[in-house]
Amino acid sequence: MKCQKCEKSATFHITELTGPAPQEHHLCEEHARQYLNESSDPDDGSLTATLTQGVAKKVSLDKASAELQELDMQTCPFCGMSFYDFRSRGRLGCPNDYDCFAKQLDILILNIHGDTEHVGKSPKRAGGETNRRTLLIKLRRELNEAVRYEEYERASKLRDKIKEIETE
Amino acid sequence: MKIDGMLSQTGPWLRGEGPENDIVLSSRIRLARNLTGYPFLCRATDQDRRAIRDAVKEVAKDIFKKNSYYFVDFEELDALDREYLRERQLVSREMVETEGPRAALIDKDEKFCVMINEEDHLRIHAMTSGLEPGKVWKRIDDVDDKLESVLSYAFHEKYGYLTACPTNVGTGLRVSVMLHMPALVISKEIEKVFRSLQKINLAVRGLYGEGSQSHGDFYQISNQVTLGMTEEELIEKVGNIIPEIIRYEREARDYLLDKRHEILQDRCSRAMGLLKTARTIGSVEAMHHLSSLRLGVTLGLLKEPDIATINDLLLNTLPAHLQKHNGNVLDQSERDVARAKYLRGKLGQE
Repeated sequence: MKCQKCEKSATFHITELTGPAPQEHHLCEEHARQYLNESSDPDDGSLTATLTQGVAKKVSLDKASAELQELDMQTCPFCGMSFYDFRSRGRLGCPNDYDCFAKQLDILILNIHGDTEHVGKSPKRAGGETNRRTLLIKLRRELNEAVRYEEYERASKLRDKIKEIETE
Repeated sequence: MKIDGMLSQTGPWLRGEGPENDIVLSSRIRLARNLTGYPFLCRATDQDRRAIRDAVKEVAKDIFKKNSYYFVDFEELDALDREYLRERQLVSREMVETEGPRAALIDKDEKFCVMINEEDHLRIHAMTSGLEPGKVWKRIDDVDDKLESVLSYAFHEKYGYLTACPTNVGTGLRVSVMLHMPALVISKEIEKVFRSLQKINLAVRGLYGEGSQSHGDFYQISNQVTLGMTEEELIEKVGNIIPEIIRYEREARDYLLDKRHEILQDRCSRAMGLLKTARTIGSVEAMHHLSSLRLGVTLGLLKEPDIATINDLLLNTLPAHLQKHNGNVLDQSERDVARAKYLRGKLGQE
């Protein structure tokens, strides 16, 4: 992919989540640097929810480029979403993504909210349920796949497992 | 069609009641929630979406009184009815425009609504007339507790309620107050208000119209941060700033009354004259004059109609509402004629 501002290849993929719809910027290192400098004006009052910006603040830009590419490849084992997918769409794939991409999201969440710890209300139900039930996402995905490839024995086992968790 | 029952009433948030109702139209709160065991919607299959929709439909029978709500399946709803619900602010634009299994559970008194499969699995929201965010919170907190007693919400010990977009994570709460600020618009002070609100991380957008463009001088002020503060603190943050904005609008109104009385009186009287006599009128023009009417009535420059009637006119002259009242689909020029007729009828001229 080419940089949106010159002929060089785009190595920075920035998703702004502040507007009504996520806005993508694909830039070379030089233009990314320029963009980040422009948008990180502390007085502009806007909500800067740029992941790259957060990473760039923590490490040098050169290192951020390599690190981002590596982080982009990371994929959630439950929903199959990669971090690149999230950056392109601005939406996460499942609850487990918050753990799977914790390293990247922690910075992003700090940028958006100025905090990373929830202090509000919490469900009265027992904790740990989310993790256990997240497995259902993976099992249902595998079930769809088994049905598609006509692996009926595997599908039957998966159905039993899903039922077991659902009725817990 | 079952939603036709709503036609006999104005949304409770438009009754012109509650504190500061000369300036504050309504207070609204929404909560974003997702269920465990299903991917967020961008990764969900139609099968997942149906399962989520049906699960909510099923539990609603146990937690809400029979016949106290509508369960509206959006796949079965035609375009006009979808738009009608959006104009009443019961569902979002996203609900109207996207496809796939999705639904809305709407309290018959329109005290709350749960959108199912919008951006998150559940978007619970409630509205009331006037400046009463605390009252809305009590109501929505109760609906949330009821749903949570039978549904398993995706919750993270550190991040709180998990949402599809990290901008909503934590409380998942957005509190918005809808304000009518014509005097700040007339005196060109509104930009200052926007800038100062942005500095404290509050968002402003027009209630009607796209983006920051607002028809009828109605603006919505809401929080952007959803994590790191309790629900009460978030509501307090918005609630504390509103009286200051109200004071600013009142000062602008006093100034106009004092220094530009004739011009102001002229604007309001002309608006009344036009709305009472027009034979065809577009929605933007109607909204503009209804705003002047609202200003005139609250300042005592016009004796009638009352605020509730003006709010009724604001809602019932919107395109889908006009068509529902007429009982058939109308093209734009037909709508403009129907709108003028509705206005003349309500304002006492035939």
